[in-house]
Amino acid sequence: MTVATHRAEPVRRRRARALSSALAPAVFLAPAVVLLLVYLLYPLVDSFRLSLLAWNGLGETARYVGLENWVRLAHDQVFWLSAGNNILLALFSVLIQLPIAIVLAVVLDEASHGSRLLKILYFLPLLMSSVAVGVLFKNVYDPNFGPVNSILEAFGLYDWTQDWLGDPHLALASVIAVVCWQNIPFYMVLFLAGLASFPRELNEAARLDGASEITIFWRLKLPHLKGTFRTAVLLAVIGSLRYFDLIYIMTGGGPDNASELMATYMYRTVFSSFQLGYGSTIASAMFIVVTLIAAVSFRISRRFETEI
Amino acid sequence: MSSRSLSPGRIAIPVLGLFWLAVTTLPFIFVVFTSLKTQQETYANPVWALPESLNFSNYLEVLQGLFFTYLKNSVIVISISVAIILITSSMAAYALARLKFRLAGPLFALIVAGMIVPLHITLVPVYLMTRDMGLYDTPFALIGPYVATSLPISVFILTEFMRQVPKELEEAALLDGCGPFKIFWKIFFPLSRPGLATVAIYNGIMLWNEFIFAYVLTSSPQNRTLPLAIWDFQGQYSANIPAILAVVTLTSLPLIIVYAIGQERIVNGMMAGSLKG
Repeated sequence: MTVATHRAEPVRRRRARALSSALAPAVFLAPAVVLLLVYLLYPLVDSFRLSLLAWNGLGETARYVGLENWVRLAHDQVFWLSAGNNILLALFSVLIQLPIAIVLAVVLDEASHGSRLLKILYFLPLLMSSVAVGVLFKNVYDPNFGPVNSILEAFGLYDWTQDWLGDPHLALASVIAVVCWQNIPFYMVLFLAGLASFPRELNEAARLDGASEITIFWRLKLPHLKGTFRTAVLLAVIGSLRYFDLIYIMTGGGPDNASELMATYMYRTVFSSFQLGYGSTIASAMFIVVTLIAAVSFRISRRFETEI
Repeated sequence: MSSRSLSPGRIAIPVLGLFWLAVTTLPFIFVVFTSLKTQQETYANPVWALPESLNFSNYLEVLQGLFFTYLKNSVIVISISVAIILITSSMAAYALARLKFRLAGPLFALIVAGMIVPLHITLVPVYLMTRDMGLYDTPFALIGPYVATSLPISVFILTEFMRQVPKELEEAALLDGCGPFKIFWKIFFPLSRPGLATVAIYNGIMLWNEFIFAYVLTSSPQNRTLPLAIWDFQGQYSANIPAILAVVTLTSLPLIIVYAIGQERIVNGMMAGSLKG
């Protein structure tokens, strides 16, 4: 009897353990998976369902219209304009932010005195909310009281003063400048991390050979940052395609859709024009565009992954 | 030696460094100075004029308004969200990194793919869902979307982290008869502290400044978070530039103070987070 119980005990415990280890993954994953299903996957699918409706979002007035919204989207000039603006934003983010960020990273890397303090100060814009940055620069650009026009006037450059955010030709450029101001510090720190692995001996050897700082920068440091550069391009492009905050806060996409992005157009369609169905069509189209471009760029960058 | 100190590189570096310092800090100086002026001064004097006297009335006015309500909401929403993010993502990461089951690979890939989903796509369905759940216009409406959008990156960071925990520790615990739950709680959770810190810092800062969900899912000032304080005050004060810029200063201050205390950690946390993202 005693022997049997002694034997039965471990078996039962082993079984319990086997059961718990079979269930364990499910239990550990359940909270995260449930949250992702409810707040990420379901909304994603639901967005496509809503894109087939004509609905103002209130009550039982939703009407199934099939692909009508998608046909409308294909002919919607504002949507294509805003998609174009997203691409412009991506292009200028890469062309403006990354070169400045690389130069700043090299400067910080070289400057022995006070580089720590500089790094802290350079990083500040990244810690402000987009609303704070947006409202700040709305006042900086203010045509009557803003410092930009005041300074131009102080130098007698009256012809240069502009309604920076109100002029359809300037609005997008003005906001892109602010987007750059806020995001350059991020890429700067990214490149700084890349430079940290630049071999110091190489630097010293090149100097001894009489190479100038500029030669060292072009011939040695820039090639060293190639991998980081690709990561940065990827992040800048994907970030730009889904951009919303500063544009919405500073111009609302205006004037006359001049600075409209896919996300701001989607937002206004849903929450200002109350076209939930068509707004969801824009959102779904945005998802397709971003996913496709992200997939392509990941595929391209993976080919170079060994260098990162 | 003297010839090298005159090379273009030697001169360019401090010049560029100072130039960018001006680009970064001048807007901040503009905000702080203007917020200390009276409305009269902003119209009468040039922008670069120093405030005639230190006038804190704008700050007082803002602080006597709902500022602390916004702040309280932000603190509540962000701390609850970050706590849930840490627990759920570390549990999931442990299962994905250490428990052997067939779906581990595909599931990990699927969760990580969530990182590229543009948030705005989920906006309308989440808005409808929040309305149906009766959470609309409460600070708690934000917790669900905040946690879910932070999970992919957090799971990714922590899974990488837990893969590096030495096997021996786990095996010793197994021999002692510990089940997976005890092993997670006694070994993996405490050992992942640096990873958890990164996840908390990165998501904490991102969510602290989050705008669009807070804007859509809440509507009354009593229930809104700090970034929206500026938005609401802007409507309220429309023409009072110094007061609006006082709000900008005040709402930016909490993070800047935190940053002043732990800047190196925060820079690194932000980098680790975004690099993986």
